[in-house]
Amino acid sequence: MKSATSIWSRLADVAGLVATPLALADYVALVSPHDGHARVDAVHDEIAGVRTLTLRPPRGWRPHRAGQHVTVQLAVDGRLATRTYSISSAATAARHITITVKAQGRVSRALVRDVKPGAHLAIGPASGDFVLSARHPQRSLFITAGSGITPIASMVRTLAAQGNVPDVAHVHYARSPRDVIFGDELRALAAAHPGYRLTIVHTRDDPRRFCAERLDELVADWRAREAWACGPASLLASVIDCFERAGRSAALRVERFAAVLAPVPPTATGGRVRFATSRMEARADGRTPLLRVAESAGVNAPHGCRMGICHSCDARLVSGSVRDLRTGELAEAGARVQICVCAAAGDVELAL
Amino acid sequence: MTNQLPVDIDDDAIEAFGRELDALQREIKCSLGDRDRRYIRRMITVQRSMALGGRLVIYASLPLMPAFPLFLGVIGIGTASLGLAKILENMEIGHNVIHGQWDWMQDPKIHSSTWEWDIVCPADQWKHSHNVLHHTWTNVIGRDRDVGYEILRVTEKQPWKPAYLAQPFYNALLALLFEWGVAMHDVDINAPLGEIRGRLAGIGRKASKQVMKDYVLWPLLAGPWFLPVLLANATANVMRNLWSYAIIFCGHFPDGAHVFTEAQVEGETRARWYVRQVLGSCNIAGGPLFHIMSGNLSHQIEHHLFPDLPSNRYPEIAPRVEALCQRYGVPYNKGSFSRQLGTTLRSIFRLALPTRARPLAAAA
Repeated sequence: MKSATSIWSRLADVAGLVATPLALADYVALVSPHDGHARVDAVHDEIAGVRTLTLRPPRGWRPHRAGQHVTVQLAVDGRLATRTYSISSAATAARHITITVKAQGRVSRALVRDVKPGAHLAIGPASGDFVLSARHPQRSLFITAGSGITPIASMVRTLAAQGNVPDVAHVHYARSPRDVIFGDELRALAAAHPGYRLTIVHTRDDPRRFCAERLDELVADWRAREAWACGPASLLASVIDCFERAGRSAALRVERFAAVLAPVPPTATGGRVRFATSRMEARADGRTPLLRVAESAGVNAPHGCRMGICHSCDARLVSGSVRDLRTGELAEAGARVQICVCAAAGDVELAL
Repeated sequence: MTNQLPVDIDDDAIEAFGRELDALQREIKCSLGDRDRRYIRRMITVQRSMALGGRLVIYASLPLMPAFPLFLGVIGIGTASLGLAKILENMEIGHNVIHGQWDWMQDPKIHSSTWEWDIVCPADQWKHSHNVLHHTWTNVIGRDRDVGYEILRVTEKQPWKPAYLAQPFYNALLALLFEWGVAMHDVDINAPLGEIRGRLAGIGRKASKQVMKDYVLWPLLAGPWFLPVLLANATANVMRNLWSYAIIFCGHFPDGAHVFTEAQVEGETRARWYVRQVLGSCNIAGGPLFHIMSGNLSHQIEHHLFPDLPSNRYPEIAPRVEALCQRYGVPYNKGSFSRQLGTTLRSIFRLALPTRARPLAAAA
C-alpha cells in the first residue's frame, strides 16, 4: 500500500514537470486566478472610520469558532502585507464571515477605504484560542472596549443564533454613543434575550477607569463568572490586575491586538543583521522588530499576526542573539525566534 | 588630481554626478506602488498564457499534418508563441525578478529568493556569476567573466591566442546554444574540484527537469506526433537562445564600450563605479515592444546603474540619465540594434586575428 502511494506520488511529481520551473497550480491560476481567495461580497460602515467587510471564504474553508481571527493579505502601494483581524460574524453563519476593521494604520486604512465589493483577498485559516468553550458556562462575563468588541460580537451573535443565551453579562466601553460598534444590534439582542445583559459605558461622560470596585457596581457577581476580555492594552492590564487580586486569573481569557512589550534596557544595542538565504544585510537598532528590519531591507519574510502569537514568522537564528521585546529575554544561536517581536542584540544572522 | 577613468572630468564633478544619480534612484524607489505591481503581474499572466497557448496550438496543428502548408503555418504560430513566452520569461521577468527588482513588493511569489526561471541555468548560480561578479566588476578584465565569456576575444586588451582563430565559429555555436553557455557561466574551471562538481550537479538537476519538460514529457503527450512537438519545442528554445544572445552581446561589446583593468578600479568610490557602469554599457534604441522583449536590457546603462530598480521604470529614467551624462561629459553609448549588433560581430571576426591596438580602439 505504502509503495503504491509512493509510486503515485512519484508519477505526480513527473507529471508536474510539464510545468517546471513553475507548478501546475500556476497555470490553473490563469483560468481561476482567485482560487483560495475570499471574495468581498459587501461592505458596510458601522461607525465613522470602522467598516465591516462581508467575505465569502474560499472552498475548503473550515468554519471558525466564535472569537477566532483570520489573516488577510492586501497589497498596499504595491507592497503585499498581512494583518490579522477578529472574525465578527457568528460561527453559525455558514456561507459568509465578516471582519470589522478600524481605519488605523497603513493596511487597515486601505482595507476600509479602498476595498470594494467584488474584490478578492487571500485569507488564512481561522485560528486563535480566544474562543467560546464547547459548552458555554452558566454564567459568563464579557469585558470589551472600542474595536475590542469584534471577537466578542461573534460570541454574542453565535449564542443568540443558537437560541439559548445563558446568563451573559457584557460590559462595553466606548467614548460616546456615536462610537459604539454594533450598538443597535447588541441592544436589540439584549432586548430579545433576557439572559444577555449589556452595559455600555461612555467614557466621555463617565471617565472612571476600570477597577474591581467599578466592576462590583456593574456586575456584582463577577467573581462567580468566567470572563473574556478584549480591548486596548491599558484596559487589559487593569482587567488582568483585577482578576489576579481576586484570585480569579484562571477564569479570565484575554485577546490582544498588539503585543505587550517590556521596557528595552538603555544599554541594548542592535547590530548588523545578515539574512542568510536572501544574501542581504541591514543595520538594526536594539528595539525595532527584526520583521520590520527584514521588510525595509526588501527581504521576503512570511508573517501573520505581527504580535508574537501565530508563529508564522519564526526563523532560525544562525548566529548572534536576539532580544524578545515582550520579555527582554535573549535567545541564542540555533533557536527559532519570532522575528515580529524580537530585536537584534548585537550582530545577528537569520536563516531568511 | 588625475583620474584613471578614460573621461575628462575632475573628481569633484564625478562625485556630484554620483550624488545626482543617487537622488534619482531614491526618487524612483519612493514612487514605486500599485502601478508597478500591476505591470509585473500582468506581464507574468501574459507570459504564462502565451506559453500555455503556444503549446496548445502546437498540439492543435498536429492533426492538420496532411494539409502540410496549413500545418506548418499553425505549428509555426504555436512555436513562435512559445518562443516569445520563453523570451519574456527569461528577459523581462526572470532576469529582473532574480535581480531583486520586485523584492520591494514583499510578495513571496515574485521574489528573488524564490524565483526559478525557464532556462537550464539554476537561479542561485546565476545570482552569483551575474548579480555579484558581472554587476560589481563590469568590464574589468580578469574579474568580469562576461568579458567574452572567457572564450571570446572581444577587446584588444585581451592578448591574442591561436584558439581565437576559431572564434567566429564557436561564437555562432554559443548563440545557438546560449542557454547552455549561460548555465556553464558560473563554473570556474580553475576552482577546486569539489566546487566544480557541486556546480555541475546543480546544473544537472535543473537541466534534467528542463530537458524532461521540453524534449520528453510534452512530446510524449502527443503520442505518435512525438517528433514534431520535440522539434517545435527545440525551435522555441533556439529562438530564445538567439534573441537573448543578440540582446546580451549588445550590452557591453559594441564599439565604444570601455573595458578596464583592475588597477583602474582600485579604491573606486560609488560615484566612480557609476561612471564605469555608463562607460562599459551600451543602450539599444527601439520602441516600447522592443524594450519589453529585450527585458529592458536595451536600457543596459540604466540597468547597470540601478540593477534592482524595476525594469518598467528604465524607459522613463533613460532620458534623464542621458541628459545627466551629457551635462557631465560622460559618453552615453546608444545606437540602433543593427549598429550595436553589427559592431559587436565585426569585433568578434576582426579580433579572431592577431591585431595591434588601434589608437582609437576602445575610446572611440
